[in-house]
Amino acid sequence: METKEEVRTPVSQQPYTVDVTEEVDGIGSKVSIEINDKKISVPLGMTILEACRENQIHIPTLCHHPDLCIAGTCRICVVELEGMHTLQTACSFPITSPLKLHTSTPMVRKARRHIVDLLLSEHYGECYSCVRNNNCELQSLAKEYGVDQYTFGHVTEPTFERDNSSPSVVRDMSKCVMCKRCVRTCIDLQEVGVLEAIDRGDQTHISTFQEKPLADVICINCGQCINRCPTGALHANDPSDDIWNAIDDTQKHVIIQTAPSPRAAIGEMFGQEPGTSYTGELNTALRRVGFDKVFDTNFTADLTIMEEGTELLLRLYKALVEKDGSMALPQFTSCSPGWVKYLEHFYPEYIDNLSSAKSPQQMFGTLIKTFYAKESGIDPKDIVTVALMPCAAKKFECNRPEMNDSGYKDVDYGLTTRELGQMIREAGIHLPEMSQSHFDQPFGDASGAGLIFGATGGVMEAAIRTVAELVTGVKAEDLFDNARVTPVRGFEGIRYLEIPIADVGPVPEILKDLIPDFEWLKGAVLKVAVAHGTANAKKIMEDIKAGGKFSECHFIEFMACPGGCLGGGGQPIPTNEEIRNKRANAIYTEEESLPVRKSHENENVTTLYDKFLTEGPCGHLSHKLLHTHYTKRGKYIA
Amino acid sequence: MEILKESKTIRTGPVLFSHYTRGEGVKKAIQLSREDILLEVKESKLKGRGGAGFPAATKWMIAAAAQSDEKYIICNADEGEPGTFKDRVLLMEYPELIFEGMVIAGYTIGASKGIVYLRGEYEYMLASLEDYLYVMRQDNLLGKNILGKDDFNFDISIRLGSGAYVCGEETALIESLEGNRGEARNRPPYPANTGFNGNPTVVNNVETLASIPHILIKGGEWYSKRGTDKSTGSKLFSVSGDCEKPGVYELPWGTSISELLSMVGAENAKAVQVGGASGICIPKGQFNRKLGYEDLPTGGSIMVFGENRDMLAVLKNFMEFFTEESCGQCTPCRIGNVKLLEGVEMIEKGNYTFKYINTLKELGQTMQLASKCGLGQSSPNSFISILDNFKDEIFHSNRSNGRSNGRRKN
Ligand SMILES: Cc1cc2nc3c(=O)[nH]c(=O)nc-3n(C[C@H](O)[C@H](O)[C@H](O)COP(=O)(O)O)c2cc1C
Ligand code: SF4
Repeated sequence: METKEEVRTPVSQQPYTVDVTEEVDGIGSKVSIEINDKKISVPLGMTILEACRENQIHIPTLCHHPDLCIAGTCRICVVELEGMHTLQTACSFPITSPLKLHTSTPMVRKARRHIVDLLLSEHYGECYSCVRNNNCELQSLAKEYGVDQYTFGHVTEPTFERDNSSPSVVRDMSKCVMCKRCVRTCIDLQEVGVLEAIDRGDQTHISTFQEKPLADVICINCGQCINRCPTGALHANDPSDDIWNAIDDTQKHVIIQTAPSPRAAIGEMFGQEPGTSYTGELNTALRRVGFDKVFDTNFTADLTIMEEGTELLLRLYKALVEKDGSMALPQFTSCSPGWVKYLEHFYPEYIDNLSSAKSPQQMFGTLIKTFYAKESGIDPKDIVTVALMPCAAKKFECNRPEMNDSGYKDVDYGLTTRELGQMIREAGIHLPEMSQSHFDQPFGDASGAGLIFGATGGVMEAAIRTVAELVTGVKAEDLFDNARVTPVRGFEGIRYLEIPIADVGPVPEILKDLIPDFEWLKGAVLKVAVAHGTANAKKIMEDIKAGGKFSECHFIEFMACPGGCLGGGGQPIPTNEEIRNKRANAIYTEEESLPVRKSHENENVTTLYDKFLTEGPCGHLSHKLLHTHYTKRGKYIA
Repeated sequence: MEILKESKTIRTGPVLFSHYTRGEGVKKAIQLSREDILLEVKESKLKGRGGAGFPAATKWMIAAAAQSDEKYIICNADEGEPGTFKDRVLLMEYPELIFEGMVIAGYTIGASKGIVYLRGEYEYMLASLEDYLYVMRQDNLLGKNILGKDDFNFDISIRLGSGAYVCGEETALIESLEGNRGEARNRPPYPANTGFNGNPTVVNNVETLASIPHILIKGGEWYSKRGTDKSTGSKLFSVSGDCEKPGVYELPWGTSISELLSMVGAENAKAVQVGGASGICIPKGQFNRKLGYEDLPTGGSIMVFGENRDMLAVLKNFMEFFTEESCGQCTPCRIGNVKLLEGVEMIEKGNYTFKYINTLKELGQTMQLASKCGLGQSSPNSFISILDNFKDEIFHSNRSNGRSNGRRKN
């Protein structure tokens, strides 16, 4: 075992680590084993599953997920070990001594077939009427084991009511296979802890606190459970029927804004390898589907940087120069609605630290129904705003009661990458074959800084490029190699960076009315941090509570989902570290090819401030339209 | 509860129910080295009395060899197997044996903490057991530098279980002690290496621990001479059901079923369930079989069924028990037991095919092989053994076998 403090999951759920190093064979040494009569040598402590996979021997799995700790409960991965009278699960069995194993004996095949048959006997529904048709691990297992009948029967009525109380996550427990991947996601990966197994024996099922509907518990809507559900038991609350209706309604002007990370992932829904962006193709496909306008959420990401960056400078100025003790620092980013709700539940005392800037999605909704409606002469009541997001929580966010500053519901529908992929398919379009096209005016194509919002650390990098350049007067490209702020990139759970400000420049035009000079920042060290996944967010929050190093930070980026938006709960299934890495590569590669890579250099943004938000960032109109407030929810449920 | 307190124990026996002077075992132990005790226990060939029959000395040696600042001795007093009530008698009448067994175990493996996981329904014993621990502390049989032995500190606390059968399974028990849902863990790692809070932990049954002081005092060799070659010593059997003298009997291993039946006044029995719900059911024709690890192992539960018992009803009762008591985490056990129970109900209604019943028996084998813990691994035992051993009664009664005629269903 690692240090005891780190053990937060039940020990049974921990991957086994070898703790006896005194033996002749220490960590790092090899063990010779035989798999299916073939001799191989594997690192001490490796599991049988890992050893088989490394040697191209297929072992079926169901409850196993590379992001999660080991459960060993579905039993589908059983193998035969010579000398042991029961079968052993490959996923959980650590190789610590020489052994001989067989992965396809009559006993093994029969057991696996029985397990699939048993799961099918309790699994309600037919594949053709399921969201996960063709992307379901139970279905694949049934195929792999040649199931052609329901040996142990099959339920014909749903065994549970569907819980569709949440705007984000729908639970359909009649399709649950009890792999508990959602439970492990919620408890271990996200440390939220909304889902758990309750009751015993054949009554065992996954539920919430007091079996309350998901909308009434402290679910943060991140949807990470959906991404890890092997079946259709968990899925997002899908608005596509309503969107089709709007598209088909000639009275309605239907606008879709597309977030950065779905572009880097949607190809996966069309059989493409992870890691290719389909930005231009997607634009064309969306018009073919019937959207009247396609806008780039990166535009409002750039706008977010202007608003949130200015807010940060103002907070710092008031705190450091005007000695205003009420200024909450560090400032926390607010663009991840899962993170926002997490904070509202778990650390409500810190809501003043959240940037009041709305998320890019919500800023766009407001702007479309105000600025764009006026510019284009369309009555905002006839505009339907759809947001393509990698996210389940965005659905909750657009339904927050306060999100109607335009006088209408700012964003009508949050649509996930998966749901849009399905709409595109339904329209008879094969995305990768589309020609490329640009985003629509007046917002146009945005900057690279907006694009990297899709990866963890991206908001911070975009903010640093802009704030550092505005404050020092030195080009971000000269401050950082090719404007890459590499220390905030990557998938390390928590990243920390100190940026010394050696010299300051003159206050740029756009901030003149707010801050007289930057002299007070001369010689200062800007301290920032990045966390992704709420388990990491929790670590930072606990550190801040204890007055640790993160309490001295000025600005912290939090993303609810592991990997940031590219690993969001609305992204194509499956997800794992390798896939998230490839999506990140796609984003960073595309970013470097863009002509503009800093938010404040996005001309459409400056035009917006010239023409519409004339008082500049954090001005009155900005405050009315682009900023918001939060709710102290707490974690105690009535 | 009153009935429970009244035990009809046959209170004399060669080992556990023999005379014992309080404190003697610990006194003896601290004069010995850890290695000497391990050798003594090894020589006794004592196997775990909780059901699985794992050699006690081996378990202790693994835990003794494990490097850790903290180690634990857990006394498994969950006694949940249907038909078992022998631990209750030990707890009520011989707590000194159990507690001293724990102290000795702690001394041997280098643990300083002992925990008794007491079946929730035995709460009524809690006060007297706590009193007993208090007295032991007064007498320095517990506490710091026990009986003057420098640096030998050991204390015992009692924790109540809350009713799940599976919590008697050692890893589920540990999960339960840690405050989690009572669910079995993956093995390896085994508790002796990675147990309570990740520390080396010896989990032993009440009776296993209670045998230790006698073994130390009288010697491992003396103990191993009793019973049979592979099943040494004597064993407590809780006998219940259709017999004249139900109760707890201390008998040497190797006693045959028919010997036992005549002892308890049940010569006319038609069947004996050995090992509780998770054990196997022996028909009259096989009453010459002997109790012991060689043939009929048991944690102690012996249920006698008389001539008038409906064996299908007996089986149904067992399967209902497992359907409810599975912890529900693993597929073969959670759903498999439901299917076996459904099979029993089909037979009951006469609505079955032999083909399907055979499929269910094969499923039972899968459950034995592929379930995560002993519960699912042993729950098909009674299904398979009762259907095999009582074929005539079950299938040739006036229940129809539900042959289908291939007509359209309406
Ligand atoms: C479902 C299940 C229930 C069990 N219940 C008990 C119990 O009530 N008491 C007990 O001593 N062992 C019980 N066991 C056995 C324990 O897992 C374990 O093997 C035993 O406590 C080890 O002690 P021993 O080696 O002294 O027998 C149970 C096992 C299973 C699979
Ligand atoms: S065999 Fe049964 S009791 Fe044991 S882990 Fe599996 S479901 Fe739980």
